[in-house]
Amino acid sequence: MTDSALRPLYFKPRNGVRIVVWSAFAALLLLLPLVARSSFAQTLLCATGIAAIACMSYNMLLGQAGMLSFGHAVYTGLATFVAVHAMNRVGAGWWLPMWAIPLVGGLAGLAFGVVIGYVTTRKAGTPFAMITLGVGELVFAGALMFPEFFGGESGVSANRTAGAGWLKDVGITFGPQLQVYYLIAIYLFLCSAAMYAFTLTPVGRIANAVRDNAERAEFVGYDTRWVRYLVVMASSFFAGIAGGLTAINVEVATADLLYSVRSGQYLLFTFLGGVGFFFGPLIGSVLLVFALVVLSELTKAWQLYVGIVFLIMVVYAPGGFAALLMLNLRRIKYGEWRKMRWPYAGMAFFGAIALWGFAAIVEMLYQAQDAAVTGSALSVAGIKLDSATVSSWVLAMAVLMVGAFGFEVWRRRFKRVWDDGEERIAEAIKKAEAAIV
Amino acid sequence: MSEFALELNNVTKRFGKTEIIRGVNLAVRKGERVAVIGPNGAGKSTLFNLISGRFEPSGGDIRLNGENVAGMRPYQINRRGLARSFQITNIFPRLSVFENLRAAALYASGQKYSFWRPLSALTELNDRTEALMASIELKRRRDVAATLLTYSEQRALEIGITIAGGAEVILLDEPTAGMSHSETDRFVHLIRNVTVGKTLLTVEHDMSVVFGLADRIAVLVYGEVIAFDAPERVRADARVREAYLGAVLEAQEATA
Repeated sequence: MTDSALRPLYFKPRNGVRIVVWSAFAALLLLLPLVARSSFAQTLLCATGIAAIACMSYNMLLGQAGMLSFGHAVYTGLATFVAVHAMNRVGAGWWLPMWAIPLVGGLAGLAFGVVIGYVTTRKAGTPFAMITLGVGELVFAGALMFPEFFGGESGVSANRTAGAGWLKDVGITFGPQLQVYYLIAIYLFLCSAAMYAFTLTPVGRIANAVRDNAERAEFVGYDTRWVRYLVVMASSFFAGIAGGLTAINVEVATADLLYSVRSGQYLLFTFLGGVGFFFGPLIGSVLLVFALVVLSELTKAWQLYVGIVFLIMVVYAPGGFAALLMLNLRRIKYGEWRKMRWPYAGMAFFGAIALWGFAAIVEMLYQAQDAAVTGSALSVAGIKLDSATVSSWVLAMAVLMVGAFGFEVWRRRFKRVWDDGEERIAEAIKKAEAAIV
Repeated sequence: MSEFALELNNVTKRFGKTEIIRGVNLAVRKGERVAVIGPNGAGKSTLFNLISGRFEPSGGDIRLNGENVAGMRPYQINRRGLARSFQITNIFPRLSVFENLRAAALYASGQKYSFWRPLSALTELNDRTEALMASIELKRRRDVAATLLTYSEQRALEIGITIAGGAEVILLDEPTAGMSHSETDRFVHLIRNVTVGKTLLTVEHDMSVVFGLADRIAVLVYGEVIAFDAPERVRADARVREAYLGAVLEAQEATA
């Protein structure tokens, strides 16, 4: 047994591996538009890229420093407003290239972080969460009170093709969505790299220590308030960049960007993605855009589904999807994954059946509400149902029960195989430890 | 420069109307090992909390190398060269053993709040952390999260975190609490090794540890130091025997 068996699977790729991972990330960003050619797909990509920066900046607070913030949209949203105003200045003749607007957003975010963070970081834990909630409501209310800056109900709009510069001369006007995508992709890559680097610095590590045990951090020489303040400032800078990119992407800033619901979304999807790993929020941002843009088109009940997934994850997989992924990678590393193929397949098969039954019931409930307007017929995943007939309800419930039963059977098998593997891995680790002198 | 590493002058602490520490005077010379003993509720842990800045004293002054640190925050006192361990294990649960020790050494190593240098480039700090990890016998558990360690491993890590910053004055609050006899023997040996040349104050209940480790013993009873002297003289002190040691020693002789 080599001592590599001891290395935990943190997302801590060293040297060679690190280069491969980051190159793959760059290549993915570069090549994605080749697959996603439609304008809808490009819109999704742009939204995801921005959400990824926002969620990662949020995770600097939650995952790295253990600060539960309910007011992150304040930084992204205010930065969008500042950026939109800056874009309009550019239109009026300011010399500032359009690609630098996200940096304007970042600096605005940082400035707000300096001011707001000074207040919020006086406390940690629950009081911190409460203060961020209050500040969020305060800023949102303020936005409606100062229409000169916030544009009232309709917001402030801008034009991303404004201004001059050498980029214009080579045809990069940011008019086409594809050009905006690549701007976002470059910022995403640079921001990810910078935020990842931050996790490897002394302050990044002390933020983890303060998250784990703030009192002990004070007894090894750290002023925990100052640590929290530094992390909030760094986080708000990157949140501001996301806000600046939003200004370019949608060319309008409205007060709902500041609303607490948006802050809640950052929290919810960062958590779903996984706060324990650096790349977790990336997964979260994909889920965020999928839920808010795609799922909300498919069904009126999308918030119900999101809520249920969130509940299940909080209870059964508090580490989010990133942790699930890493647990499986750990299995692969110890050669334990193959045994789980069939249990996984069984759970997926019956899970899909149960999901259809459940979705059919939910969708029929919604359809029955609107039956007077849109009729009682509907289709769920291509299968035609009618919320007015008993047979449809019986079918949906029967499918749900069959699916749930099959799922439970396979889940038990899965658990046996999983626990079994866990024991063998623990033994392998013990052996490796004993080999170290 | 004061000849004393730590000096307490008439330190008091009240919680509401209850006076827990009632005018403690104590002067610990540099490099001295002092054990603080006393019955339960005598205020031993409270005294450590006052010295280390966890609580603010109600009166009196606490001098660390001559400077009054009474009322300072824990991190300010730590930066002036005092580190402590806790009776109830107080570590960074999700960080690995190595990261626990490195985090504890970080401020003192001069890195403070730097965010422009990767940790991996701090070769000297990393080497020193590895060496410390070896000296507290946790090398095998280098990358294990602290929360997954066994109890005695966590106690060792607790000591490691305390001494990682290289503080000159070390307070250990019941370092061997909850350990078996054989573990305690090993652990006392370990403490002695890693605190060579430091000023050491320790709260301890196990009399064999106290007499084995301490140059001088301070007996704290009801918030007052009733004796502060070499072990043999403390053992012979009539007041001490009456207030505390008599009962303890009898009990230990009975079980031995």
